[in-house]
Amino acid sequence: MALLDVTDLSVSFDTPDGQVHAVNGMSLTLDPGDSLAIVGESGSGKTQLAFGILGLLAKNGTSRGSVKFNGQEILNLPEAQLNKIRANEIAMIFQDPMTSLNPYMRVGEQMAEVLMLHQGTSKRDALEDSAKMLDAVRIPDARSRLRMYPHEFSGGMRQRIMAAMALLCRPKLLIADEPTTALDVTVQNQIMELMADIQRDFGTALILITHDLGIVAGTCAETLVMYGGQVMEHGTTDDVFEAPSHPYTLGLLKAVPRLDVPQDALQTIPGDPPDLTALPPGCPFSPRCPLSHAPCTRTMPPLEAFGSGRFRACHAPREDVV
Amino acid sequence: MLTFILKRLLIAIPVLLILIVGTFVLMYTAPGSPFATERGIPPAVLANLEAQYGLDQPFIVQIWRYIVGIVTEFDFGPSFIYRDQDVNDLIGQGFPVTLTYGVWSFIVAVLVGGTLGILAAVRHNTWLDYLAVGISIGAQVLPNFVLAPILVLVFTLLLGWLPGGGWQGGQWEYVILPVIALSTSFMASIARISRASMLEVLTSNFIRTARAKGLPMRRVIFRHALKPALLPVISYLGPAFVGMITGSVVIDIYFSTGGIGQFFVASALNRDYGVMMGITVLLGALTILFNLVVDILYAWIDPKIRY
Repeated sequence: MALLDVTDLSVSFDTPDGQVHAVNGMSLTLDPGDSLAIVGESGSGKTQLAFGILGLLAKNGTSRGSVKFNGQEILNLPEAQLNKIRANEIAMIFQDPMTSLNPYMRVGEQMAEVLMLHQGTSKRDALEDSAKMLDAVRIPDARSRLRMYPHEFSGGMRQRIMAAMALLCRPKLLIADEPTTALDVTVQNQIMELMADIQRDFGTALILITHDLGIVAGTCAETLVMYGGQVMEHGTTDDVFEAPSHPYTLGLLKAVPRLDVPQDALQTIPGDPPDLTALPPGCPFSPRCPLSHAPCTRTMPPLEAFGSGRFRACHAPREDVV
Repeated sequence: MLTFILKRLLIAIPVLLILIVGTFVLMYTAPGSPFATERGIPPAVLANLEAQYGLDQPFIVQIWRYIVGIVTEFDFGPSFIYRDQDVNDLIGQGFPVTLTYGVWSFIVAVLVGGTLGILAAVRHNTWLDYLAVGISIGAQVLPNFVLAPILVLVFTLLLGWLPGGGWQGGQWEYVILPVIALSTSFMASIARISRASMLEVLTSNFIRTARAKGLPMRRVIFRHALKPALLPVISYLGPAFVGMITGSVVIDIYFSTGGIGQFFVASALNRDYGVMMGITVLLGALTILFNLVVDILYAWIDPKIRY
């Protein structure tokens, strides 16, 4: 049985400017221990997809569809039941480590309360386990750090603390939402190595949300490309990177600066991400797509399986995508 | 921390001195005299009076004597209006009264206002929120000189539950109406500030983290959101507390409570130099003290602030 089974998930927000359709009928499955990267530009709905799964949407947000975790429907569960799953079964690491820890509480308190809440651990044992976990994410001198406040740590350290806190209850699924965006490049690399280690050592399934294709390759077995709140392409990371089957994926890959190819200017995808209050009737990428033709502006192409476990949603023939 | 507190208390001395000199200069240059009457006094009598209170001395001598009196004997001089009473006596009688209804007003304002504000924020955009906002706007626009007569009308004249004035050594039934009249607008401000800051804190990233940890909403609010949400409230509470315990002329006059609020206004009008200086110094000292308390509370809440 799949660990996570998302079917036709939609997330929308009521705003004064109208309905914002952040996620539009997303489907994906994840097996225990798997790793999946969800990539796409800012505003493609990646983060809201993750929040939708964990029921963390802002108050004006609603989600429809189905999210099954271990076979149990968890979408729109009452808060009390969701709270038993959060951190315990599905944990999350957020984008901005500088603001995601409570600046008014000692790091040890913030970590320990997770264990005390979910496993009824005594405070002493919870602090003990927290120190061990900080050790596991390679924070030196972990025991004395428990008494420190978040502002006494660097950004990279704080993201390690977030990771350690997320792992305390040995969750089966870890969702990392752009865990490296706010960090500088060398620290990014360390955090990605940490993600890979976590996967290996804890057997945790991982969903890595990022707009940075550079960090996906070494970490995740599978890659899902998202645009306008929909799946554009989904397959193994090797396949997607070697032979992208969607013009959007191709554009993203071309936009990654390369050291091995002489390059004058940075490649970009012309145009802007779609206006989520007024999505075009057809494929959301069609206004920016070099291969766009008549059907693209009228109907959304269905997500079709091809090859070995690959999916694409595009009207253009596969051989045209080069 | 201890050196910080000592430093701040030491700085308070020159600040109070500047306050004394400034007020003294203002009063010295203002026209009028405590002895002015409709009919006028014979010049000889006036000269006698001025000599008795030291007003015939040059400015420098007057202010020097005043400051020396405070520093050496903690003597704020005589009242120029109330015969045979000195300033220490007057404040000694009035301040306990003001302090009693001021402290109660503070407690009521903080408890009611804080609860309203936090409830409104947690139940944002529900009827509870609208009700709390409605109450606080209503309370804010109702000045105490309007509220006081309404209270007396309802609770004294119509229902006959509570006395409409007097103090009687601070028996509880005499304290209730002044406390309601004084605390209402402060309560409204506290509700407004705590609602706004709680709303802001609830949208911050670390609250989302706390929710993602599976903490029940009550724990999220009390353990994670309350402290930071209190910061703006506390900076308001310092001056507000001083405002409440130094009383209100409206309360003192309307309820005949005998607090120092009425002396303050009367002393300015009558040019009662002694009483006015005394109350000004008291107000100044309390303001300095409670700003210090606010800073200490800040450091206690926010670990980034260390002195």
